[in-house]
Amino acid sequence: MTAIATGASPAKTTRRGSWSRRAPLLPALVITLALTQIPFVLTIWYSLQRWNLLNPGERSFTGLANYQATFTDGTFWKSIGNTVVLTAGATVVSMAIGLVLAILLQKKFPGRGLARTLAITPFFIMPVAAALFWRSAMFDPSFGLLGWLTDLAGLPRVSWLSEQSMLSITLITSWRWTPFAMLVLLAGLQAMPDEQIEAARVDGAGWWWQFRGVILPHLRPFLELTALLLSMNLIQTFGEIALLTAGGPAYGTTNITYYVYLRAFNSFDFGTASAYGLVTLVLTIALAMPALRLLSGIFRQEGRR
Amino acid sequence: MTVTTPQSTAVAAPAEIRAEPRRRPDMDTARWPVAVLGWLGSLLLFSPIAYMLLKSFQSEIDAASPAPRLIFQPTLGHYRDAFGAGFWAYAGNSIAVAVVSTILVLVLAVPAAYALSVRPVPKAQDVLFFFISTKMMPIAAGIIPIYVVAQQLNLLNTVTVLIILHLGMNLPLAVWMIRSFLQEVPGEVLEAAAMDGADRPRIMRSIVLPLIRPGLWATALLSCVFSWNEYFYAVNLTTTASTLPVFMQKFLSFGELYTAQVAAVATVVSVPVVILGWICQRSLVRGLLFGAVK
Amino acid sequence: MRLRNRRISAALLVIGTMAAASACSDPTAGKDAAGNVTITVALAANPQMKTAEGLISDFEQKNPGIKVKFTTLPENDLRPAVTKDVATKAGQYDVTMIGSYEVPIWAKNGWIVPLDDYVAKDTAWDSGDVLQPIKDIVSADGKLYGAPFYGSSSFLFYRKDLAKKAGVTIPEQPTWEQVAEAAAKMDDKQAGVSGICLRGLPGWGQNLAPLTTVINTFGGRWFDEKWQPQLTSPETTKAVQFYVDLLREHGQPDAAKDGWEGCLQQITQGKTAMWYDDTVFAGSVLQQATPEIKDNVGFALAPVEKTEASGWLWSWGLGITQSSKNKDAAWKFVSWATSKDYIKLAGTKAGWDSIPPGSRASTYTIPDYQHAAKSYADLTLKSINAAKPKQPTVQPVPYTGVQYVQIPEFTDIGDYVSQQIAGAISGTQTVPQALRKSQTYTESAVKKAGYLK
Repeated sequence: MTAIATGASPAKTTRRGSWSRRAPLLPALVITLALTQIPFVLTIWYSLQRWNLLNPGERSFTGLANYQATFTDGTFWKSIGNTVVLTAGATVVSMAIGLVLAILLQKKFPGRGLARTLAITPFFIMPVAAALFWRSAMFDPSFGLLGWLTDLAGLPRVSWLSEQSMLSITLITSWRWTPFAMLVLLAGLQAMPDEQIEAARVDGAGWWWQFRGVILPHLRPFLELTALLLSMNLIQTFGEIALLTAGGPAYGTTNITYYVYLRAFNSFDFGTASAYGLVTLVLTIALAMPALRLLSGIFRQEGRR
Repeated sequence: MTVTTPQSTAVAAPAEIRAEPRRRPDMDTARWPVAVLGWLGSLLLFSPIAYMLLKSFQSEIDAASPAPRLIFQPTLGHYRDAFGAGFWAYAGNSIAVAVVSTILVLVLAVPAAYALSVRPVPKAQDVLFFFISTKMMPIAAGIIPIYVVAQQLNLLNTVTVLIILHLGMNLPLAVWMIRSFLQEVPGEVLEAAAMDGADRPRIMRSIVLPLIRPGLWATALLSCVFSWNEYFYAVNLTTTASTLPVFMQKFLSFGELYTAQVAAVATVVSVPVVILGWICQRSLVRGLLFGAVK
Repeated sequence: MRLRNRRISAALLVIGTMAAASACSDPTAGKDAAGNVTITVALAANPQMKTAEGLISDFEQKNPGIKVKFTTLPENDLRPAVTKDVATKAGQYDVTMIGSYEVPIWAKNGWIVPLDDYVAKDTAWDSGDVLQPIKDIVSADGKLYGAPFYGSSSFLFYRKDLAKKAGVTIPEQPTWEQVAEAAAKMDDKQAGVSGICLRGLPGWGQNLAPLTTVINTFGGRWFDEKWQPQLTSPETTKAVQFYVDLLREHGQPDAAKDGWEGCLQQITQGKTAMWYDDTVFAGSVLQQATPEIKDNVGFALAPVEKTEASGWLWSWGLGITQSSKNKDAAWKFVSWATSKDYIKLAGTKAGWDSIPPGSRASTYTIPDYQHAAKSYADLTLKSINAAKPKQPTVQPVPYTGVQYVQIPEFTDIGDYVSQQIAGAISGTQTVPQALRKSQTYTESAVKKAGYLK
């Protein structure tokens, strides 16, 4: 199949043919270009202006002043750091738990279908609703379940959202994305040729060796794919932060999305917020390039198969 | 579709055949521990939702107790109230945004995926990576121009602006997913579909699309879920003509106990997507691999 | 089979297009065919506003042809939503609820219109009845821009039964020292009751409001007369340290997540013995508390140290946007919602605890209200009249505002400082650290804005 997909030789196609090839692609491509690249260009333009909504009179061209403000703004860098911590933390947690669950739920046992179904449900729950519920019914030291659990364990009650705010955000986002990681990894496991495991069994390998020597190497591209998909989504975390901590305390949970939001729609400083956005974009591209290369590696492997 | 259960052809080790001939060879050794652990893990993930369901039937006073109260006077009051206070307006918008943006996503993504797999344009791989790279752009980087342009086009606080943005948000993913499903279609069918000639669209419509229908449903589902749950655009670009996540956030602000009420509303708004998700589980799994493996 | 599926798809498409069509004809502005006018009103989602929303049928009955559409948003979201809207002239709203902080800024930018002409024609509205201190803070350059929906100050809520049990008496005008002592005595971690609940949530309208009143009465100030920030001065440091210590030692757990909403929950559920917050919540507390708690809620004036009074001054007013195409209809709504009649209507229909208080002198002469609010009505009025927005501090200041600084840059400065304070409350940094960062940030902000030379 792949051979067909890539086999048609572009060199031979006539001009008319090449347009009839491109026509089905164009609407989607044009819309995606318009919705992602036009804002990008406008952001560059805005970022060179002094533009605060609260002072409509003073909108003017200001050169690179907003960038200077961005690079010297400690909170901006802190928010970048928070974004990295939250994205990496929740990705690792979701993948670790997701992997264990995928391995368990891939084996056959009574009620497996139901167990799978229950396990993937958190992914579908509306995040805003979940955050509101977690806030009052889970995290709250006076009203929440976690307070009761720490009491049971004889531990002091934890001020989750004040003192462990990053942990709390990581916890709730991991809860949402673990099922997703599990889904992808489960699919990866199902695609595993049986002979591989069998070979390992015949060799008398223990489960750890099976895992290390057979399952993990096989899963590697899937783990990479999962990591990519998760971090792509987790980098955009917004609702949980807005509803649980308002980015606090001391910007301790302000990620870059939330910080741009604060700057743009709370301080109404559109100029600086645009500069933040642009610097973030450049940093993200720098980070995403290796990720994309990784992804294309996964697909090249596919081609070889 | 044959891909979901590759183990179906596996030959079980003869000594271990008991009730199910299709069981994989490594399964019996650790069957009960696996069952227990698997169930524990699933229940742990599900427990906050179970807890939410429980609280949704409690009075606010019962729901405010940190210790889970299992015995209580159940009430349906919160479900009744859930549908008041403008719920339907927001729910209608949510449905409109999710359904319309998803239909548009499919309408645009199917031809694009076709042009990237069955009858590929030059540099198809690069185009494909362009699509996915847009998903890596931080949404925050574009929100200001989006806001300003939407305002100039008089689109603020309309369902239209959300439809357009959700379309942009879900289109790249859909192109990838549908492309991966197209790649699973048997070669001869695609060859026919790839041939020049007037009946190409017909082959596409009458043979290829039915073949990938489960995949289309899975793509539609994922697009719906992301659209249904989307909060950032909704909260920044709309207020009254907005979707359910914006409706939900209001509960934070009355200073009343709201746990049980939120639990009920959260249940109501989550049920549709959860059920769809359960139904489409299998094709969803495959779609999420983006054709990385077959 | 295939046919059925096709039908389903067709049906979906039809639904889809219908939804799209209805989306395009969103009725945000103007008149419909029958000449009916729809006005859109943005409200903060406070309990009193919720009541108004529930009583709108009364207005629509009295004013056939005018339909009212509400946007109710949490206070923290309302400001950005409405500011964005008016500043970019998007024009979604005809009437917006506007805080006293925003009134002069918005008036200067020409985003809202002066109401004096409407007031002059609408004699039943009775401008003379509106409390003067409240009228002052919703006016700019001598013109009224916001019709006060309610006015408020801040005071102390406490549980009389718990005080008695702990052997403390709260005088009508306590000092912060006394309050701290009482909090220590009433703090009962075993029973899950904290000594006091104070706002800890970041946001200039959240934790900075009560904290600034504490700073004021401890002798601190935001700026000196030359706009040099005073956040690291000994007085300010002492005040902030006091607030943070009180909260960390005897305050509600997980304090950095709580705004007034959280504290309101805490006190109505008996989880805290005291609460220092807005007078307007007195009604809400009595309405939402369980009976045994309700009968035991007492009130005292805002605690002081070096000033005579320290309550803040706030009003949510209703303003008419410049972009409104239906200003006359908008005024009819504003007039209705801020009238004497509305207060009576809310009292009889929704209970006297849910009326918007503190806006009109006549409210305090209604016998039913006097009876229902006897424990807090006088204190509210006293507090409002004692607040001095022009001179809230011991030493002179170049700005107005009790719990805020009346400059456009304050939202930005305040959000930054409030984050740092929340950091100190949660213990991720010390108070001096928080204040040093705040001082630096504030200094550069006022320099950039040109206040500080």
